[in-house]
Amino acid sequence: MKVQNNKAWLMVLPMLLLVAVSAIIPLMTVVNYSVQDTFGNNEFFWVGTEWFQEVLASERFHNALQRTLLFSALILAIEIPLGIAIALAMPRRGIAVSFCLVLMALPLLIPWNVVGTIWQVFGRVDIGLLGHGLASLGIDYNYTQNTFDAWVTLIIMDVWHWTSLVVLLCYSGLVSIPEVYYQAARIDGASRWAIFRFIQLPKIKRVLLIAVLLRFMDSFMIYTEPFVVTGGGPGNSTTFLSIDLVQMAVGQFDLGPAAAMSLIYFLIILLLSWVFYTVMTSLDNDAASEQGRH
Amino acid sequence: MLRLANIARRVDSHNALQDISLELKRGELNILLGPTLSGKTSLMRVMAGLDRPDSGELTFDGESVIGVPVQRRELAMVYQQFINYPSLSVYENIASPLRVAGLDKQEIEARVAQAAQLLKLEPYLNRKPANLSGGQQQRVALARALVKRASLVLLDEPLANLDYKLREELRAELPVLFAELGAVLVYATTEPSEALVLGGKTACLNRGRVEQFGPTLDLYRDPDTLMAARLFSDPPLNSLALSRGNGGLRFAGAEQALPAAVTAELVNALPADEVESTLTLAVRGHHLRLGSDVAHASEPSARESLIEIRGTVDVTEITGSESFVHFTFMGQPWVALLDGIHAFPGGAAITLYARPHDCFLFNTQTGKRVRKLSGGE
Amino acid sequence: MASIHLKNLGHRYAASDAGSDNPYALNPLDQVWEDGGAYALLGPSGCGKTTLLNIISGLLRPSEGRVLFDGEDVTDLSTERRNIAQVFQFPVVYDTLTVAENLAFPLRNRGMESTTIEARVAETLTMLGLEGRANERARSLNADDKQKISLGRGLVRTDVRAILFDEPLTVIDPHLKWQLRTELKKIHERFSHTMIYVTHDQTEALTFADKVVVMNAGSILQVGTPEQLFDRPRHTFVGTFIGSPGMNVLRCTFDGEAAVVDGVKLPLDEATITAAHARGLATSGVSLEVGVRPESLLVVGAGVNTDDDPHCVRVDVLGVEDLGRHSLVRLRLGNQLLCALHPEGAAIPEAAALRFDPARTLLYANSLLVEANG
Repeated sequence: MKVQNNKAWLMVLPMLLLVAVSAIIPLMTVVNYSVQDTFGNNEFFWVGTEWFQEVLASERFHNALQRTLLFSALILAIEIPLGIAIALAMPRRGIAVSFCLVLMALPLLIPWNVVGTIWQVFGRVDIGLLGHGLASLGIDYNYTQNTFDAWVTLIIMDVWHWTSLVVLLCYSGLVSIPEVYYQAARIDGASRWAIFRFIQLPKIKRVLLIAVLLRFMDSFMIYTEPFVVTGGGPGNSTTFLSIDLVQMAVGQFDLGPAAAMSLIYFLIILLLSWVFYTVMTSLDNDAASEQGRH
Repeated sequence: MLRLANIARRVDSHNALQDISLELKRGELNILLGPTLSGKTSLMRVMAGLDRPDSGELTFDGESVIGVPVQRRELAMVYQQFINYPSLSVYENIASPLRVAGLDKQEIEARVAQAAQLLKLEPYLNRKPANLSGGQQQRVALARALVKRASLVLLDEPLANLDYKLREELRAELPVLFAELGAVLVYATTEPSEALVLGGKTACLNRGRVEQFGPTLDLYRDPDTLMAARLFSDPPLNSLALSRGNGGLRFAGAEQALPAAVTAELVNALPADEVESTLTLAVRGHHLRLGSDVAHASEPSARESLIEIRGTVDVTEITGSESFVHFTFMGQPWVALLDGIHAFPGGAAITLYARPHDCFLFNTQTGKRVRKLSGGE
Repeated sequence: MASIHLKNLGHRYAASDAGSDNPYALNPLDQVWEDGGAYALLGPSGCGKTTLLNIISGLLRPSEGRVLFDGEDVTDLSTERRNIAQVFQFPVVYDTLTVAENLAFPLRNRGMESTTIEARVAETLTMLGLEGRANERARSLNADDKQKISLGRGLVRTDVRAILFDEPLTVIDPHLKWQLRTELKKIHERFSHTMIYVTHDQTEALTFADKVVVMNAGSILQVGTPEQLFDRPRHTFVGTFIGSPGMNVLRCTFDGEAAVVDGVKLPLDEATITAAHARGLATSGVSLEVGVRPESLLVVGAGVNTDDDPHCVRVDVLGVEDLGRHSLVRLRLGNQLLCALHPEGAAIPEAAALRFDPARTLLYANSLLVEANG
């Protein structure tokens, strides 16, 4: 649907400039660093793909990558089913709807570092409600020293923070299912589970995929919350790719490898997003052909 | 006048429109008739300027309008779904195009009042569209189109979502409403009966092509092609191929030839270059009559000049004053529309008669008509 | 299959329409529908037909009255326990299942044996003409076939007492509507299920049903065969709603012998005249109307023959519309407008008269038909 209206380009121009300055140019700078090395004094010389090779071979990188993948997998495994379950339980009509929607939106509105801070304090054994409570029950819990506890804390924090997004997306999908489907299912004598499996799940497939894509990307790139809570510790047990990257670039000022790693990181995300996108659009095409052209 | 020349457009790798050339004059109702997906909406969108054709020319009153943005065209469009601004009252809905055009307050009031009166919306001016019935919502959409005094008015199956009776009502009002504008009126529909009631000129569309364009009644009585005849038949057109053999013309696969008088009448009307071609005979459902209804049917000589059709009844549908008899003839599903109540049970044998005069002959290969009905009936 | 009895059934919504003085969406009614019959509920939007259908199916509980299937009170039973099947406006199919699995779904839910299920599904597929497509994914079919599947899920069950249709042809392509309609009729003829069909389209209703229930504004106005509704509509609404175009309704008075429209006498038949006298309509001041269908009026040339004929009256021809099969002639009698149908190809005389058939000229008092038992 092409409208011959050149004014549209003019309106987009300021935004294009902004994106260019804040994103594209810095990106080019990073690419620049990734293929060069320096001995200081602002002298750079070309090293080609050396940094890339070093990063891809380094154990540190592989460990960080594994941690990040594990984290994402756990997040998805918990948040998606939980989100669907909550969305199914939410009322579709009446006053309670607005109340539930606001309740679900609240965790999403909190700035991320505040989320981190909340849980950091919450989990402290000395003054935190959770930490102190667990300690007084006799449970040995310390997220600054125990790897398992740190992981559990981070995961629960993320679930608390982001499940609402999955809930809201799935809810919007559920609400758009016409009432006749439920009526027909009742007439067919379908059980609750059958209704879920054959009506609700197929109908929210597209929205669900968006939710999975968003949660995957966000959890793969996660930085602020774990940084605030554990700082990457204890040791490097919660040092995810993003944290590792910043440590390298800002802490150690190893610009070359850091730039190479960030490009690799970027390419991994790009690849996985492309895979998701292809799956989503092929599902869309399926859906389009199933509707015929009514 | 809106003139289209060789308009073509592809959508999603299929030809939505192919080689369309039409001249639509002002002050006339131009109907686009065709089944779903025949290209009516695509064509309207091209006429409106919402889509650019891939090739061809589009001129309005002599000036090319391809590439002119929709906002600058003097155009009004009404859709199948009742499209109104939900947050505005009926009055504001109707006034909206006038406000955009920057008319002064008095002029706006006068025009809105006139449109509201014509479409019987006066008691509802303060309501929101959601509080109106379907028919009333569509009237608001029509009022909004009317008030613009546009020179091109496009109506895309505007009555399709309305109740049967409401449709009848509005259909009678529409031509009158827009007649005074002197605009080019284009109306899309899938129902042949609607085209007949509205009159004007009709373009039969099928798969993105215009089969035939001309005065509606001429198209109905004198279709140029088998496809045009089919598109313009409700109930569906009955047709069967003819073959030649000993004794003259017969229905393909029939044992007996048609009566000599019938063959003579049919063959006499063939132009010289079609005498040897394979033919298809087509006849509309309401031209099939029972033996008892045919004038002078008791006289054998009269029967000799009629085409006899023997079939087996599938099912009969009765509408109170007429009967649709669905039967199988020579393996083809045929429909007869008979006056009065005739409840033939399924499986019964039925014999119907048709006058050769009422039938169309088409060249089986090209689909073109080879014999005309002379004048009316 | 079941006979359906609606006993003193009425329904009001908790919050009635603002400004309407009738709180009933469905006015109290009492109806008995025979086992195996094909019924249509016909009426304009908002007349209550869908409300009535939903009460029968159990999707809506009536605020008063009872629903009985074969004498058994089912008003308190839920939808699934009533053993009805319903086909909705929008085809409902389970997208992830094949055609055969869709049909098997209701049987599986009821715990039938696999072999029985397969047999029933195969039978139903043949009934619907979908044998070759059993293993196709349901979602790739067009709307017409999807509606067949919706219907199939009802036909496949052996315990179905009635099949309800809620404007099922709404989303079907117009040129496929014909086919699906006749197939529904054929299925009814073969298997004699009790079928109830809701629509606003008179052609659908009249061609499908043995008996049509005409509704308006929450009330049932008449129940009859298509022929009865056409020839003797009991209410002027029924007369104008059925028929395309609908019945002509003209204001008149009764002078003891004939109906008088703007000074012109129109002939009535004996039975009507007697009934009119019995009700004292010549003097009662009740609002009277004459109803006559365009199909029963004949336009003839005005002249010596017709001027003396008491069945013919002079009229003005306002316009003629050629509708293909016949022409619609718009006429004026006195100050009132009416129309008549004229055969294809026949010419309209310049000076015209209209021939009335007394047997088909009906008299209405307060919109209700004046007849012997009325």
